[in-house]
Amino acid sequence: MITITHYLILSAILFTLGVVGVLIRRNAIIIFMCIELMLNAVNLSFVAFAHYLNSMQGQLFVFFTMTVAAAEAAVGLAIIVAVFRNKETVNIDDINIMKW
Amino acid sequence: MLNLVALILLFPLIGAAFNGTIGKRLRKENVGYIACGAIGLSFFVSLLVFCGLLLLPPEERLFEKQLFCWIESGSFKSVVGLQVDPLSTLMILVVTGVGFLIHIYSIGYMHHDKGYHRYFCYLNLFTFSMLLLVLSNNFLLMFIGWEAVGLCSYLLIGFWFEKKSASNAAKKAFVVNRVGDFGFALGIMLIFLTFHTIDFTEVLSAASHGNFEAGSFTITIITLLLFMGATGKSAQIPLYTWLPDAMEGPTPVSALIHAATMVTAGVYMIVRCNALYMLSPFTMIVVAGIGAVTALFAASIGLVQNDIKRVLAYSTISQLGYMFLACGVGAFTAGVFHLMTHAFFKALLFLGSGSVIHALSGEQDMRKMGGLRHHIPTTYKTFLVGTVAIAGIPPFAGFFSKDEILLESLVRGNFIYWSIGALAAFFTAFYMFRLLFMTFHGESRLDHHAAEHLHESPRNMTLPLTVLAGLSFFGGFLGIPGASAINHFLSPVLGGHGHTEIPGAASGGHHGAWLPYLMMVVSTAIALGGIFLAYHMYIKKPALPKKLAERFSLIYKLLLNKYYVDEIYDALFVHPTKKISAQILWKLVDVKMIDGSVNGIARLVRGFGNVLRLLQTGYIRNYAFYIVLGCIFIIVFAVFGK
Repeated sequence: MITITHYLILSAILFTLGVVGVLIRRNAIIIFMCIELMLNAVNLSFVAFAHYLNSMQGQLFVFFTMTVAAAEAAVGLAIIVAVFRNKETVNIDDINIMKW
Repeated sequence: MLNLVALILLFPLIGAAFNGTIGKRLRKENVGYIACGAIGLSFFVSLLVFCGLLLLPPEERLFEKQLFCWIESGSFKSVVGLQVDPLSTLMILVVTGVGFLIHIYSIGYMHHDKGYHRYFCYLNLFTFSMLLLVLSNNFLLMFIGWEAVGLCSYLLIGFWFEKKSASNAAKKAFVVNRVGDFGFALGIMLIFLTFHTIDFTEVLSAASHGNFEAGSFTITIITLLLFMGATGKSAQIPLYTWLPDAMEGPTPVSALIHAATMVTAGVYMIVRCNALYMLSPFTMIVVAGIGAVTALFAASIGLVQNDIKRVLAYSTISQLGYMFLACGVGAFTAGVFHLMTHAFFKALLFLGSGSVIHALSGEQDMRKMGGLRHHIPTTYKTFLVGTVAIAGIPPFAGFFSKDEILLESLVRGNFIYWSIGALAAFFTAFYMFRLLFMTFHGESRLDHHAAEHLHESPRNMTLPLTVLAGLSFFGGFLGIPGASAINHFLSPVLGGHGHTEIPGAASGGHHGAWLPYLMMVVSTAIALGGIFLAYHMYIKKPALPKKLAERFSLIYKLLLNKYYVDEIYDALFVHPTKKISAQILWKLVDVKMIDGSVNGIARLVRGFGNVLRLLQTGYIRNYAFYIVLGCIFIIVFAVFGK
């Protein structure tokens, strides 16, 4: 029997994977994908809870999240393209001007 | 008419403000007209006030005009108020009258100076301050005037501030006066603590109505502190050293500030507080003693000086010593009388010397003068009148006032005071005629450049000289012994006939009627003796002074170097102060402690910043890591925190 606990553990594993990916990877696109992973981990727990509680609200939220994620993906990819055009790289270690 | 008294102050202030602000853009003549006009109007109003005062019966001659309340704090109250009484009226007449003549003279004397408007601005400001000093009705306002005249004196001594010696002299005058003013300020505070008021009328009536016994310790301290202020302002031992150096200023300034008016402020203050001084026999002895010693000390230095203005400066110190001697023996009227006549003849002598310096294109050394009497006859004649007046030959002004002081010092004081005073009078006659003979008689010792430009001064300079010469001649008749107009006029202020006996001091009122006449003969003889000696040494045998100087070279050098007092003060006070300032205050306190602590704090902050900066790597990864750490912390706290 697959209970809510299994879903939540899977969600936590996926989220942690996303976080670790964001922290240790250097390629901006990979980081971007990791962020998506985190979002979807959260989506998973939303759906699990919705099913468990017999409520539609969680499902509804997932639609919102996916919409926002789509928009974010468009903007984020555009930024990455712009950075690449300027710097000819998407290695974020080379993009470190956020200090004095 | 007495209500007009505020105008006396107002005119010079307006003049100073006018010349100080837009004087630069005006034509030179207009600047002079404004300045002279302001003082002239002030003099005119002073005359009106004087007439108004004469119309009142003598015992009602006290008028106070309160302008506004200045400070009111707890029981302390200081109003800006003016006091018109015979003493202050006499002073404003002298200040505005002599001041007016000196202003006119300055138009000619300062004609070529580029700081013309600045000069007249300061001069008007000075007159305002001096009038404030003599007209104030309380100690604090008097102190304001006292400080303001000091400031103007500083500004005018350092008028030619490009000259190092002038700016040094100005600084010296300012600093030395601060020492005295320190005492004066303490005295005023003590007066408030003792009397709970600083109003002249209230303090003096409390003092004279027996609330304090004679010789009271507090009163003695108060009077000594006030006298300390007077020694600074009036150039008495030990604070006299600034006055000879003050001769660096323009000559009319020396005449107005350092001879006729400001330096007599100390005498005025003591006469004003006579009721307090009468309560302290000890202070009276100090005042008389310092006055007598200063009179002799300064006169002896004056014997050998070669700079024409320095001789007059030492002469001023010496004459001020006479005034303090008079005050110290309780003869306040004699002191004020001498103050007045001295204002006339010393202003005349200074202006005369200014005329000489003007004629010689700036030469001040008497060894390079001589035989000038044919070239500048008006100056010579008026100068002669002034010299005879200061030497004390009847019937010139100086004779009456000096004779009265000598007489009073013998009658009320003792033989020592008299003999010191008489010796100083002998010196005075000698050095003044030495000055006259070296300058105007004998062979011409001019250098080529000065001889070429030799000329008599213009009318606006000789006119004041003539008027002052008249005053020096006739001024003495105000105080003819027996029928003294000035004595009578001042009696309401000075109590009785200005002849209050000092309690506890040796009183001698039991002299015969012949004594005054004998004294007149004696003092005339002394003066003639001094004149004859000067004549013998500088006209008959011009080689004699040099021989004497070689013979008594030790004494001569001592006098020429002014007893080395400046050097002693330098070694005792100036040098240690400089050393302490440089070694401790500058290099230790300022550099190490103050700068060190300020820089230390900055360095500390920068050190912290350097450590914290390491957090700011610029890598998004790191920032994200911190965010995650924060999130974890919050979650841990939310779950396990309770």
